[in-house]
Amino acid sequence: MANHSNMTQEQNKFVKKQHKEEMKQQVISFALMILFTLIAFGMVLLEIGSVFLVPTLLLLAVIQVLFQLYYFMHMKNKGHDMVAVMMYGGLSVAILTIITFTTIIWW
Amino acid sequence: MSHEDVLNPKQLPHDPEKATLEGKNKFVGFWFFLGGETVLFACLFGTYLALNRSTSGDNTPEHLFGLELVFIMTMLLLTSSLTSVYAMYHMKNNDFRKMQIWLGITVILGLGFLGFEIYEFVHYIHEYEFTFRSSAFGSAFYTLVGFHGGHVLFGLSWIVALMIRNSKRGINLYNAPKFYIASLYWHFIDVVWVFIFTVVYLMGVV
Repeated sequence: MANHSNMTQEQNKFVKKQHKEEMKQQVISFALMILFTLIAFGMVLLEIGSVFLVPTLLLLAVIQVLFQLYYFMHMKNKGHDMVAVMMYGGLSVAILTIITFTTIIWW
Repeated sequence: MSHEDVLNPKQLPHDPEKATLEGKNKFVGFWFFLGGETVLFACLFGTYLALNRSTSGDNTPEHLFGLELVFIMTMLLLTSSLTSVYAMYHMKNNDFRKMQIWLGITVILGLGFLGFEIYEFVHYIHEYEFTFRSSAFGSAFYTLVGFHGGHVLFGLSWIVALMIRNSKRGINLYNAPKFYIASLYWHFIDVVWVFIFTVVYLMGVV
């Protein structure tokens, strides 16, 4: 704690700059997320009757969620190894659950 | 140095939410919870995907869903995710007033979302007589979307409670982890919504 409170002016500036840099990345990811949402809604409204429509919609959702997790929720930052273990653990169980429910239980 | 001084340093460290052991524990524990929430919502999504063709009548997804409303709700929730990022940015820069303002905007956007969702449910029930008991699709739909709405309501109450409880405290190492995990929860609600608008609404009308 002590070395934190003795942070010099120089370090302080550096930290603020880092926060700004991160904020910029987050605004860019927000713009991309809006764009992906618009594409997804647009594809459905334009009634593109392709077999690739549903997979594309799901792909757009996955990319959006990755932006949310890695930029908005800071999973790209250091010290998130345990976080990644938990989220990917949860996600793998989640995928198995959905596969099971849609193929075996109510086939 | 007393306990009080340790929690209120003159200069906030780089990551105030993880500067104390309690903060670190909250951080890891909360992500553990989010991993579990992922599985919980996967069960509801799996159920919905398995049962959404069992409509027993006219109220099919194509017939019910209006994409305009869903689009507005998506924009509200997505924007509220960005505003809570702004709130955390100001928290890290130790600007309490700006953090409170951005959290306030987040809450207003969240309330807007919730209002539209309630309107949507009321509309389905009164105009279409589509209820929880109408069909297997009805049960699966209201359980999944309603559970998400419940999360929104809980998240809003949580953020408002934090804002009021800490309104005179400012940011310190005691409440920074609290604000931080509440914002994580809010982002996670948006993560779930991305899949709801894709899987339930968009894939429902395709």
